[in-house]
Amino acid sequence: MSLPPLPASAIVIGAHAADWRAAVTLAGDALAASGAAKPEYSREMIRMIEEHGPYVVIAPGLALAHARPGPEVLADGLSVVTLAEPVSFGHPYNDPVSVILGLAILTADRHLAVVAAVANIFNDSTAIADLAAATTAADVQRIMQVPA
Amino acid sequence: MKIVTICGAGIGSSGILKVNAERVLRKLDLEATVVAADISTVKDVASDAQVILTSQEFVDAIGSTFADVIVIQNYFDTEELTAKLRSALE
Repeated sequence: MSLPPLPASAIVIGAHAADWRAAVTLAGDALAASGAAKPEYSREMIRMIEEHGPYVVIAPGLALAHARPGPEVLADGLSVVTLAEPVSFGHPYNDPVSVILGLAILTADRHLAVVAAVANIFNDSTAIADLAAATTAADVQRIMQVPA
Repeated sequence: MKIVTICGAGIGSSGILKVNAERVLRKLDLEATVVAADISTVKDVASDAQVILTSQEFVDAIGSTFADVIVIQNYFDTEELTAKLRSALE
């Protein structure tokens, strides 16, 4: 199974975020722009981090922003936000973060197929730096191996 | 053998750890069931587990357990996972 849709509307390049909450909100706004989630999904993703800490920074420079399936999710979807200036999440090893991957999952039974596809992309250790350096949405779609 | 991966939502990050742990176990030729779960269910899900894979943030919440709690720094670094699983299991 492949990644969820990643249309150009869900990709933001070189964004400016004052802090990690603003960065996660941008990833949620991008999921809303592509129709994968309601705007309130950002708040759910932020709440996960407030509750459990910055564990979503799962690799150096990369945050996988996500929450549970719920009424805020409209469809499986991905968003990619790259930051002009990296922000700190307070993670013990992987700060600062320059790439936010937003993930919306409609039903839990499909999540493993989706994250397996995410792992396929990022087990290549150059993917995060390539995304951070991308200058167009088409670049991001090529790195993520999704159709434009 | 049973391995549990723990995150806040039980999907997403713990799923990535599960997928990559299974890939590493295949390479090491080790048999194990890997279950992704959220932190609120850890006491039930991990009661019969040998290993718990997670992030630093959840170590305190996991609390006392018979399992080896292994902190993974980079979820996509299969070499880190390989080294840590090997030292825990072999």
